[in-house]
Amino acid sequence: MSGIIQFVRHFMQEKPDPTPLSHLFKFNGGIHPPQHKAESTLKPIGKLQLPEKLTLPLRHHIGNFPNIKVQVGDYVLKGQMLVEAEDMISPAIHAPTSGIISAIDEQLIPHPSGLPELCITLTPDGKETWIKLQSTDWRNADKNQLLSNLRNSGIVDLGGATFPTHIKVPTNGSANVHTLIINAAESEPYITCDDMLMRERADEIIQGIYIMEYILGAKKSIIGIEDNKAEAIKAITNACSAADQSKIEVKVLPTLYPSGDARRLIYLLLGKEIPHDKRSTDEGIQVFNVATALATYRFFAFGEPSICRIVTMTGNVESPQNFEVLFGTPLESLVQAAGGAKLSTQHFIMGGSMMGFNIPNTQVPIIKATQCIIASSPDLFAEPPAAMPCIRCARCADVCPVNLQPQELYWFAKSNNFENARKYDLFDCIECGCCTYVCPSNIPLVQYYRYAKSEIIAEDQSANAANLARERNDFRLARIERDKIEHAQQHAARARQAKESKTVTINDDGTQSTTSSTFKEPTTIDNKAAFNAAIERSK
Amino acid sequence: MLTSLLILLVLGLFLGLVLDASALVSKLEGDPLVVRIDAILPQTQCRQCGYSGCKPYAQAIADGDAYINQCPPGGDAGIHALSDLTGLDYKPLNVEHGLTKPKSVAFIDESLCIGCTLCIQACPVDAILGASKQMHTIIATECTGCELCLPPCPVDCIEMLTILETPENWRWKYPITPIMTDIFNSDASSV
Repeated sequence: MSGIIQFVRHFMQEKPDPTPLSHLFKFNGGIHPPQHKAESTLKPIGKLQLPEKLTLPLRHHIGNFPNIKVQVGDYVLKGQMLVEAEDMISPAIHAPTSGIISAIDEQLIPHPSGLPELCITLTPDGKETWIKLQSTDWRNADKNQLLSNLRNSGIVDLGGATFPTHIKVPTNGSANVHTLIINAAESEPYITCDDMLMRERADEIIQGIYIMEYILGAKKSIIGIEDNKAEAIKAITNACSAADQSKIEVKVLPTLYPSGDARRLIYLLLGKEIPHDKRSTDEGIQVFNVATALATYRFFAFGEPSICRIVTMTGNVESPQNFEVLFGTPLESLVQAAGGAKLSTQHFIMGGSMMGFNIPNTQVPIIKATQCIIASSPDLFAEPPAAMPCIRCARCADVCPVNLQPQELYWFAKSNNFENARKYDLFDCIECGCCTYVCPSNIPLVQYYRYAKSEIIAEDQSANAANLARERNDFRLARIERDKIEHAQQHAARARQAKESKTVTINDDGTQSTTSSTFKEPTTIDNKAAFNAAIERSK
Repeated sequence: MLTSLLILLVLGLFLGLVLDASALVSKLEGDPLVVRIDAILPQTQCRQCGYSGCKPYAQAIADGDAYINQCPPGGDAGIHALSDLTGLDYKPLNVEHGLTKPKSVAFIDESLCIGCTLCIQACPVDAILGASKQMHTIIATECTGCELCLPPCPVDCIEMLTILETPENWRWKYPITPIMTDIFNSDASSV
């Protein structure tokens, strides 16, 4: 029987894949929250006036503190490097405009904790004097050279996690990335920055994709766009055909949140699931945000480092719009540019309505990860009704795009049963918020998962610290014991030497040579015994 | 009859040999209970329990010489974990051994340090760097916050700094949401 089943399976595997290339796959679940995208796409991308000060946080959520290259009082030019990319994760930071470094101190940053962090404050002089820029002839350049240039560009993936681009590009060109996916899905409600970027700068984006393809050695590129961005699709398709390159394929995706998640997008486009302990590059696929493609182009074509991005200012403001914003610009300037916040505004959210978080005040700067700012009011985001007990309806499992068991994870997180939460792959949760959105009991599920995740991370860290302390303590005790033995040995050696010199004098008499040798032996045995005892103790 | 006895005898001998061999192969180093108790202890090596380190305390618990509630840095959670492991009853922390404090690291005021190396000798995890008549400093990432360097310092230049919350070590809080349980009560009252 099993032989027959195996044969049938084998036969089925052998069959050629009947799906044509343009076929799209579908991940589990997903939701259709209200879009709220139309409001901010009525006007073209706007420019901001130069603010009075720019605040640049030194750490972008992950990575160590980088190497600061300037001091307070220094005059810097626009595009000058302020902070070097020291390790692999923290990106380089450049001056967004020319001016004077007025402070390097702790400032509030846009972070869910609402805590301050070390920042560089730059007071602009209003002249916008660029540092000498140099374009790169990338078509004839060494890939390693391009990569190290990229390291100094400060370009991070402008999607959400803001990993520096240079670590997303595997070094020495040996990784066999065959497919480059450009993430233009932008599935989260309210956010329209990528949409507007594609409408207005499609040609430059296509150029950026060529550069990325070249550095990665990718054979083809796919741009994934959701079908709610008709104008952007048109602009990108036109730009593709104008560039006369068949290597880039534009694929239109059905609107479904969270298609913009990198792994969901890979599955949608290629039907390939990346194992949770692997990266997409292991499977030969790399995903970049569409804005990253543009930043890469600007860097290689004009030498411009990453100093600004497009940010959607929407929600409860007078005229929602997208703006090109210098990094470090205080949120207040952005709100003013959008006509100011309406009176009913309570607070501001960074990110979309599904994954965003509240920001502490309007002085916090725009950072590389800021895609969107939503002015929140009770009309837009009503206070969630009180949570009711979980009824195990499993609607959360139906919509979970990662195929997790949110209801089980909820019970584990709620009861601090972290071991089981980990077993149920809590860390594969992308915190997209679909489960919270559909929960009929209004349970803030994602908050529980975030809580459990950060507790588990803290637990692991303290376990590592304890292991390190144990190791160092053991080593110290062993060292003290070793020193003791060495001292004893030295002492014994010295004693032996003294006795040997004594023996010689006795031998000169020529009478007592036997007694001297018998006199010598017990001491060596004593030493050996002491030595062995010490070794025993050290065990 | 004889053959069956013989078979059983041979089988028994063979299995006995296999058991012996496997016992030799998978021999455990040290007392496994001590290792498991030691794994729960926080490894601050602070000696507040009255023993010379975490491992000696673990040994004392395993031998029944000490109770599980003598470790202030381990806190309540530590006592519960030890209680689960050893089967001993939970008892609140014995305050004779100190109170649980927030995690801290030692900090040397380098302008006052005279370079006597006494703290270096006291540190159980070699987290202090320095030499005779040279300034000393703490390797903050290795410091367990045991406070053993404080008493030997002749100029009192070491202080304990509580580790503050930063965006990096910040944790998401447990969601506190009012659970609507009184709907049933209100129904009952209206009836």
